[in-house]
Amino acid sequence: MTTSVSIKDLSLNFGNVKVLESLDLEVAQGEFIVLLGPSGCGKSTLLNCIAGLLDVSDGQIFISGKNVTWDEPKDRGIGMVFQSYALYPQMTVEKNLSFGLRVARMPKEEVEARVKRAAEILQIEPLLQRKPVELSGGQRQRVAIGRALVRDVDVFLFDEPLSNLDAKLRNDLRIEIKRLHQRLKNTMIYVTHDQIEAMTLADRIAIMKNGVIQQLADPHTIYNKPTNLFVAGFIGSPSMNFLKGDLNGGTINVSGTPIPLTNYAFEQQLNGAAVLGVRPEHVAIGDEARKMPFQVESEIEIVEPMGADTVAWTKLGGQQLTFRAAAEVHLEPGQKVLIGFDPARGSVFNAETGNRI
Amino acid sequence: MTTEAISSRLPTGAIDTSGPRGPRPKSVTIGRIGVYAFLILSALFFLLPLWVMVVTSLKTMPEIREGHLFNWPALLTFDPWLKAWDTACTGRDCNGLKPGFWNSVKITALSVPVSIVIAMINGYALSFWRYKGSELLFGILIFGAFVPYQVVIYPLIIGMRELGLFATLPGIVIVHTIFGMPILTLLYRNFFASLPIELFKAGRVDGAGFWGIFFRIMLPMSVPITIVAVILQTTGIWNDFLFGTVFAGRENMPMTVQLNNIVTTTTGIREYNVNMAATILTAAVPLVVYFISGKWFVRGIAAGAVKG
Repeated sequence: MTTSVSIKDLSLNFGNVKVLESLDLEVAQGEFIVLLGPSGCGKSTLLNCIAGLLDVSDGQIFISGKNVTWDEPKDRGIGMVFQSYALYPQMTVEKNLSFGLRVARMPKEEVEARVKRAAEILQIEPLLQRKPVELSGGQRQRVAIGRALVRDVDVFLFDEPLSNLDAKLRNDLRIEIKRLHQRLKNTMIYVTHDQIEAMTLADRIAIMKNGVIQQLADPHTIYNKPTNLFVAGFIGSPSMNFLKGDLNGGTINVSGTPIPLTNYAFEQQLNGAAVLGVRPEHVAIGDEARKMPFQVESEIEIVEPMGADTVAWTKLGGQQLTFRAAAEVHLEPGQKVLIGFDPARGSVFNAETGNRI
Repeated sequence: MTTEAISSRLPTGAIDTSGPRGPRPKSVTIGRIGVYAFLILSALFFLLPLWVMVVTSLKTMPEIREGHLFNWPALLTFDPWLKAWDTACTGRDCNGLKPGFWNSVKITALSVPVSIVIAMINGYALSFWRYKGSELLFGILIFGAFVPYQVVIYPLIIGMRELGLFATLPGIVIVHTIFGMPILTLLYRNFFASLPIELFKAGRVDGAGFWGIFFRIMLPMSVPITIVAVILQTTGIWNDFLFGTVFAGRENMPMTVQLNNIVTTTTGIREYNVNMAATILTAAVPLVVYFISGKWFVRGIAAGAVKG
């Protein structure tokens, strides 16, 4: 696989504030990579640097093997889709799509052909003569994608493209973006703070915090083997249970409740303060729990019915524990249930450094 | 909790439904009548001088001397208007306000577009193309809005003299452009700052440069704010007296200066009817601008305040 976008030792400062620091990232040809993180983590800044809309303080950016660090956005072979759509309000959809091509003085027939193709792919042909104000949010975002599409670029950059849409439309367009990627096979770099978008779309997710990539891996690894407490807590909803305790000889003692970590694949040995992370969906109750290596009786405090399933809050060794149960299971506050989980499926972190062990 | 348990807690028995329903009826209160009475009285009070001006300008001098200030003219005459426009004397010339009117047209027609175009580019550059010191420059520009004109007139006269532009048409146009710059730049900067920055970014990704984005994206969007700027500048420059007296020179004396000369002429009798007619004529242009553009003015200000 060839490299499409390559970022080497990239730093960006706004005055004294370091937004990105010595960041490296390699994106393969045709890969869909999602930059995920909370607001202010530098993910949009990184995207703007790749687009050439921000001057970097240090480091280099390569796109399709060419050093574009000092190039103007238009010369980088990128198309960009913005959160607020950023359609030119006084132009029709057709003019919006063709603007970049007209600026580049492309021959008229070629412009028409490309606009036609993009409109076909995105199914916006009936809208071509309308102005952006006459379009719905989803249609606007489609036009915005089309504007990147007509430029026939190597790399698509998405800056939270679905954040302004309502939940249903967001799901629809998410699927469409995935379909688009499967059809075009372009490299796509997608910024979002929505973990569901990240999990569903990405080939690989880069989770960022304070301008540093915490973990770069495929969604499966990110979910099952988070590299540190931040990643573990950020991915998953409801979020992972963190049980603080003392790790000694392969058993973690959570406020008086010993949990043996049999079969857990330790990456390093540690005796001392540790955190056991357990996903709510990995906790079983009732008969299922009886099959689990670790079992405990506990009292239910709060029940949140979600429709598809039910989230219940309980305590383990005095520490908060949530678990996800099937919607059919009848749970009530105060009820005592047997819960169980397999510690080998969990994650153990060093309590001091927060890193996975 | 079961459903039966919850529903059993709801109050039983019929609710009285005869009370208020639908839109609340509108009633005329004493307070409202008072407000309208106050507004009407205020309007009449402020319209009174205009009434006096109009009726005086339509009277003959003998009738004015009778002193019935508010009366409708007994003998209607339009001669004072013709005289004010065509033959009233300012010093030795007796050509009326006519030359002054055309001078004002020339000055306004040149100063308004020049100042607006420069302010537009200023505002655009200051809001989208931030560079080191751009905030400082903007601060200085805004500070300029608070400097009293009188303070800078003398240095400006010397500057203009050295450039050979003192008492010329380009000279007065430059002066108006300079003094319009702070407020107009502020107007445009704030308007452009209210547009999403992503629009500008999209323009750059599409390959448009400084001028490309300005002419093809930003300019078509700034029509409402430009209407505001045109109104501000047209009325401001037309009404100007100070700069006209100082910088325009004899050849380009604007209408306001000429009006002053007609009204304050010390030889002969004071022709109040001609003075009134001349004043109304001079004030007519800004008045017409306000009447025509009032709606646009409000719309433009609103457009600047609300994101599109």
